[in-house]
Amino acid sequence: MTPLLSVKGLTKSFGARVACRDVGFDLWPGEVLGIVGESGSGKTTLLNCLAGRLTPEAGSVAYDSAAYGPVDVHDLSEARRRLLSRTEWGFVNQDARDGLRMGVSAGANIGERLMAVGARHYGDIRAKAADWLDRVEIERDRLDDRPTTYSGGMRQRLQIARNLVSHPRLVFMDEPTGGLDVSVQARILDLLRRLVGTLDLSAVLVTHDLGVARLLTHRLMVMQGGAVVEHGLTDQVLDDPQHAYTQMLVASILPV
Amino acid sequence: MTEINAKDGAYNYAYLDEQTKRMIRRAILKAVAVPGYQVPFGGREMPLPYGWGTGGIQVTAAIIGQDDTLKVIDQGADDTTNAVSIRRFFARVADVATTTRTKEATIIQTRHRVPETPLGEGQILVFQVPIPEPLRMLEPRETETRTLHALSEYGVMQVSLYESIARHGRIAKTYNYPVMVNGRYIMSPSPIPKFDNPKLDRSPALQLYGAGREKRIYAVPPHTPVKSLDFDDHPFEIETWEQCCALCGSRESFLDEMIVDDDGQRLFVCSDTDYCERRRDTAEAAE
Repeated sequence: MTPLLSVKGLTKSFGARVACRDVGFDLWPGEVLGIVGESGSGKTTLLNCLAGRLTPEAGSVAYDSAAYGPVDVHDLSEARRRLLSRTEWGFVNQDARDGLRMGVSAGANIGERLMAVGARHYGDIRAKAADWLDRVEIERDRLDDRPTTYSGGMRQRLQIARNLVSHPRLVFMDEPTGGLDVSVQARILDLLRRLVGTLDLSAVLVTHDLGVARLLTHRLMVMQGGAVVEHGLTDQVLDDPQHAYTQMLVASILPV
Repeated sequence: MTEINAKDGAYNYAYLDEQTKRMIRRAILKAVAVPGYQVPFGGREMPLPYGWGTGGIQVTAAIIGQDDTLKVIDQGADDTTNAVSIRRFFARVADVATTTRTKEATIIQTRHRVPETPLGEGQILVFQVPIPEPLRMLEPRETETRTLHALSEYGVMQVSLYESIARHGRIAKTYNYPVMVNGRYIMSPSPIPKFDNPKLDRSPALQLYGAGREKRIYAVPPHTPVKSLDFDDHPFEIETWEQCCALCGSRESFLDEMIVDDDGQRLFVCSDTDYCERRRDTAEAAE
């Protein structure tokens, strides 16, 4: 088996400030990898580099594409990369407003990827959009409402539906539950766990919430100051942290 | 080509200087070579405000010669202010013959309509375009719309049609209806009614589009396929009327609704005045 995503020596800096230093890992099909760390530790920069949204100074990101075979994300032409990112990949932003078209209805939001790859049957697109609303537990009668009329949690679920409608193989998630209240967070985590399981997705999940990481991820990478300080199975890292920073992170979870 | 207009001697032939005309012709050639692609050009200040046809006038000025016969229409009519003043402008600075008859014209500058009379080989239709970018209302960033055109990523255009059906039950867009040119570029056909879209498809006439404010020229060469976007289960349709034209009785032309008195009496008449007159002349001659 070949890894879905193979990252080697990834380095990205903004001027003198190094955001990611020599990051490397393999992501295997069906696996969910968590990236945790405090804010400013380079988690989001790393995610953007993986998704081709930022160009790193050094290192490579090899992706095993279903359509084109193994490719280097940063050597691809922009056309190919954009095609990949709307067919084989998904990207869930922390702020749903960044990932949604706020001016058009939920149905159009979900249908956009389908139309982008050539779907031209209104009835079919609409049926698929309604089906996906069901899957993310939004009532069907909200299909023609704009995301502006949705609550924060619903927007996030809509964003997830919009990304998953094209059956991507790999989803990048940047704090998908950040800024939501706990009960909504729980629902979204539940939903994500179910979808990842049923759709055979692989995912890279950035979070600063160790609870989220514990629930969703199989493996965990701990970042500090742009470098990976610890890497292992999630339960192992959280139950038996080796690095001083990880120990501090685990110890600082508030007991309820 | 370069002779000074005999009438006043104050302007170069056709108002623009020769270098400017060359630059515009180059843009036109490129636009013809890449149908539907928006070519930037160095738009000049013209002696009329933006929005009144500065783009169309510059294109016409660059292609007009003394052998040409010019027709100018505004909303289909030859006798509206905009049409009259542009026609007089060229009669004065380019010393060309003008006409209102579609068949006799070699260059037709138009705003908001395509003539009803089918155009033939050798005729040139010049459109005045207010907003050349069809994706503008969907994607405000110019850098992004150019990328979308370059990569042929037109999902967002379809999203706007989807949204229209979701909200109105049908594609409610009636003018400036987006078209796919030669299977490659999505193009704004300028604010013509969608009634005129089928006339653009494989037209034997050359279509030139000039946008003065945004400084873009694009073109559809003769016999180029132009397809109006739609969905398989919501196909493209043109407007229909229950009435016929009150003056000439046409059922095939685009009708304007006119309110004729204070009691709300209304009348439907052809928007293309030349077409309407020709039909009435023929009917009279037959009697």
